[in-house]
Amino acid sequence: MPDLPAATAPASRGVLSMSFLSNWRQNIIYLGFVAIFIFFAVTLGSKGFLDSTNLLNIIRQTAMIAVMAVAMTYVLAAGEIDLSIGAVAGLASVAAAMGMDAGGVIFGILCGLATGLLVGCVNGLLTTGIGIPSFLTTLAMMGIAKGVSMWVSGTKAVPILSDSYNWLFGGGNLGPIPVLLFWMLAAAVAGHVVLRKTTFGRWVLATGGSETAARYSGIATNTIKFRVLIVSSMAAAIAGMLYAGRFQTGRFQLGEGDELSVIAAAVLGGTSLFGGKGTVVGSIIGALMIGLINNGLILAGLEFSQQLIARGAIIILAVAISQNRKSR
Amino acid sequence: MTSPADSVPAVRMAGVSKSFGGVRALDNVDLDVKAGEIHALLGGNGAGKSTVLKILRGVYRPDAGTVEVLGHKLSEHTPDESTRAGIAMIFQEMSLVPTLTVAQNIFLKQEIPDAFGFVDDKEAVRRSRVLFKSLDVDVDPLALADDLGAGQRQLTEIVKAISRKAKVLILDEPSTALSAHDVEKLFAFLRKLKTEGVGIIYVSHRMDEIMRIADRATIFRDGKHVLTAPIKDLTLETIIENVVGRQSRGLSGITREDTRQDKVLVELRGVSGIHKPKDVNLKIHAGEVIGIAGLLGSGRSAIARLLFGIDRLASGQILLDGKPVRIKLPADAIGLGVALIPEDRLRQGVVLDHSVADNLALSIFDRISAWGFVKKKSFDDLAQKHISGLKVKTTSAQSPVRNLSGGNQQKVVLGKWLASNPSVIILDEPTAGIDIGSKSEIVMLVRELARQGKGILMISSELNELLSACDRIIVMSDGRVARDIDRNSLDDPERKGDDLQFAERQLQKNLQEVRTHA
Repeated sequence: MPDLPAATAPASRGVLSMSFLSNWRQNIIYLGFVAIFIFFAVTLGSKGFLDSTNLLNIIRQTAMIAVMAVAMTYVLAAGEIDLSIGAVAGLASVAAAMGMDAGGVIFGILCGLATGLLVGCVNGLLTTGIGIPSFLTTLAMMGIAKGVSMWVSGTKAVPILSDSYNWLFGGGNLGPIPVLLFWMLAAAVAGHVVLRKTTFGRWVLATGGSETAARYSGIATNTIKFRVLIVSSMAAAIAGMLYAGRFQTGRFQLGEGDELSVIAAAVLGGTSLFGGKGTVVGSIIGALMIGLINNGLILAGLEFSQQLIARGAIIILAVAISQNRKSR
Repeated sequence: MTSPADSVPAVRMAGVSKSFGGVRALDNVDLDVKAGEIHALLGGNGAGKSTVLKILRGVYRPDAGTVEVLGHKLSEHTPDESTRAGIAMIFQEMSLVPTLTVAQNIFLKQEIPDAFGFVDDKEAVRRSRVLFKSLDVDVDPLALADDLGAGQRQLTEIVKAISRKAKVLILDEPSTALSAHDVEKLFAFLRKLKTEGVGIIYVSHRMDEIMRIADRATIFRDGKHVLTAPIKDLTLETIIENVVGRQSRGLSGITREDTRQDKVLVELRGVSGIHKPKDVNLKIHAGEVIGIAGLLGSGRSAIARLLFGIDRLASGQILLDGKPVRIKLPADAIGLGVALIPEDRLRQGVVLDHSVADNLALSIFDRISAWGFVKKKSFDDLAQKHISGLKVKTTSAQSPVRNLSGGNQQKVVLGKWLASNPSVIILDEPTAGIDIGSKSEIVMLVRELARQGKGILMISSELNELLSACDRIIVMSDGRVARDIDRNSLDDPERKGDDLQFAERQLQKNLQEVRTHA
């Protein structure tokens, strides 16, 4: 075989088959979602799976995970991770409830948001300033946030008496539609547009795709990581306040363990744990899929222990699929 | 070409020095690049070229001296400041994000806004097409950077730099992955940029390219400025002479006794890889050191990768001790007594936080253990034997390898492999990034291994090191063995002056010739 010109040879066909492959991997989440939905509809239809109340309940149970999964898409796409979100959600729910008790609804909301901002800044500073890997920073923060919320609340639930807060943050319905669906949609639309259409989103993807390349291209990668961790903590705080509204209390257990569901949702949706790739729509679908599976497993009469096992197996499957492309 | 004397130089570096941990990388150097010229930057490994480039790009801050770009003095020394000053640099495959498309990469950090202020990817694709067309090359702007071949990636890097409308364009070995055809296109484009007044700094080991494209050249050696002259006043001989210099840096004293035995340890028959190498025939005898020389991209590491089972054999036959073998994995190679000491020793060679003794024993724990327990005595003996045999400078066998100097770390890597007693040893850039003293010690060690009857294949871009270690030197070009040179034939027949230096010039000339003839 004669020498091929090195620069032009491997182009078109390789790219085509590659993009088909990666599209296939990206699209499997949608196929999977539909397949699981149909499977439950057939097997659990008689147990009320398809009832509109059940379907709307899935939305109610998934909305907080979905909101946090949108932010997690950014964190993972930037090549970082945030394990503190579940604990931050609990802390923000307590902060909002206690703030509301002391200074009214607006003050309570501000307290919740400030919690997210503060934790995000600390996570960001430790990760980008000192250079502690975000895995460790946020793992430590998980304990700290939980400890603080247990301490300030005395491990007791703090009731929220404002009906308007409870309606707006999670408890209310607009006609038959739960307000939580609008929160989820708002997070999805904003998250999608920013990631796909703004320079910030592009720089997040570049930072996670190759930090060296991004830095050499002039992107302040530390600033990007800092902001991404703030976004994540703020989303966790909002999710915590939604929990608080839904259950009309602030409690340190709210959101406990959500980080795993959230990361699973993002990875299921095609976001790479190694950075550089991620879609917000995928993460939302991933979150809904987890909600769907949880709901189906409950309706099917599985015990909590069995649900945990099933969920773990699904996460492993998702990661296995997302990794395949790198093995060459 | 005459350039008006009053025009502001594109780059002016004056009295610039830079040290790394006590080692002087740059010593009071000057560099002047005019607007509208192509200025070649020449020098061997460690001459300081890449330090100069990184200072210009704002990656390093100079310890002393000034850097002016178009009359504007740099003060912050950050990549951002360099970009603002108008400097763009083509890195060796470093600035592309694999997960973004070609067009997204080209316009990274200078995204085009649409009417709503959002990123306009369609426009980026359109403009990328125009840019590729102006270079007359074919790269799909919608392809992922990860899916590009090496040549296309390099072209994308070039287009990315050009798209920044730089006033100063730095190209660091831009042609290594390009076909001859694409190099012509690149040159045509550089000439066009030149007429637009862009100052271009061109770094390459390929002298034929330098002679064709550059207007002036600056030569560095050992961190010092040697000369700056118009290229038409320079010949290949004068360039090589100045790049090589007069001293051979402590390697000339090493004797090479002929230890070659009749036994052939390794034989390659018509061996080809998927891309490289192509049709290689080679014999390594016991007690023989064979060097592989070649410019970047010539495929000099490819033989080693095949022999060690990292790359797949496409055709041909590998014989060890006269018997045909199949090496599919590094584990196969190790089992057959082949050891590879990799270039990237920090990542592949040693566990930095483990002790010297642990690292030495790492690959042969099974041989010094009984019932799963390590035999303390064998373990200590092994460590002591290698620490003294290799002259590893360490406070104790228990100190972590991290605390050792680069040269001593490399000796630990060597010791680790020697512990498994291989018959064939492949060394890939064994002295990369280590000091002169350790360099000659490692070369002496290689000779000692040959004396013990090992067959050694040594890949290096440091010619003086090949010349002082090897019995034969193979010159690679485009994946083929272009020349097979007896080391002694490179000596100065009249035996005057520094012999090693003469030989280095001869070998350098060989390297450039095979490239011109290719």
